[in-house]
Amino acid sequence: MWRWLHPYAKPEVVYRLLGRWLPWVAAAAALTLGAGLVWGLVFAPADYQQGDSYRIIFVHVPTAMLSMSLYVALAISALVGRVWQLKMADWALAAIAPVGATLTFISLATGAIWGKPMWGTWWEWDARLTSQLILLFLYIGVLALYHAFSDNRNGAKAAGILAMVGVINIPIIRYSVEWWNTLHQGATLTVFERPPMANSMLFPLLISILGFGLLAAALIFHRMRNEILRQELRRPWVKNEFGKELNEAERT
Amino acid sequence: MAFDSWQAFIEMGGYGFYVWLAFGISFFAIAVLVINGLRARTKLQREFDKEQRRQQRLAQRKKEVS
Repeated sequence: MWRWLHPYAKPEVVYRLLGRWLPWVAAAAALTLGAGLVWGLVFAPADYQQGDSYRIIFVHVPTAMLSMSLYVALAISALVGRVWQLKMADWALAAIAPVGATLTFISLATGAIWGKPMWGTWWEWDARLTSQLILLFLYIGVLALYHAFSDNRNGAKAAGILAMVGVINIPIIRYSVEWWNTLHQGATLTVFERPPMANSMLFPLLISILGFGLLAAALIFHRMRNEILRQELRRPWVKNEFGKELNEAERT
Repeated sequence: MAFDSWQAFIEMGGYGFYVWLAFGISFFAIAVLVINGLRARTKLQREFDKEQRRQQRLAQRKKEVS
């Protein structure tokens, strides 16, 4: 397996591979996200209890789910970076963290905006909301540590350790609605049960989740390419890659 | 279609302010992220060009000396 995987650990190979996938993933993201959100905003029926305010769900749930799964991905790449000393896994921290932080911020903001008309308050220090806020601080902490050292390897090491320790927060967020009495409702979507939701609302939600997932992938690919370039700017392969693009840009 | 008119769509059954604020903030946050990434890319390109020019100057000077 290692022999097969080895060429993929080369920065230039990853850079080109991501570059080849990026336009397709970005196009798929635009398509699915557009379809999911338009379906959710325009065609899905209003909720019999919450009226049209529930339409915030089509942003809130996908971003909240992704904020957690991206953190797990962040911690796994930190682990791989520490254990196998794979620099590309370290660099992935810098690509994933800003995307995860933004999605966490969106889930918090849309949650607050949804909470105002439904619960009567923008914010409440309850378990789900507080643990999600801690997730945002963890992302920011990882990003800050990564860029805090003049030697990038030290920064990646420190950020990776914080990322791994912070994983403890993920089950706390996930089960906060069951362990504590909170204002927040229980999970809408679970893997094994049929969700208690009409298909006319469920399908646009699932498509939105897929759309946000693809959007996150596209953003991470783009940022990973940037990070590879930043680290390898003085390597000869960049000249072929970057120099060529430069000439094409000059010709036009 | 869940709405009869544009007006009803904007009003969102009285929740228009909240729904559009939520979608607006989300769009804004993602736009900032995208623009930030694109600008980082342009900055790298500029840095690369600067380094290339420096190397060219160095090579030329070497030629002049010899």
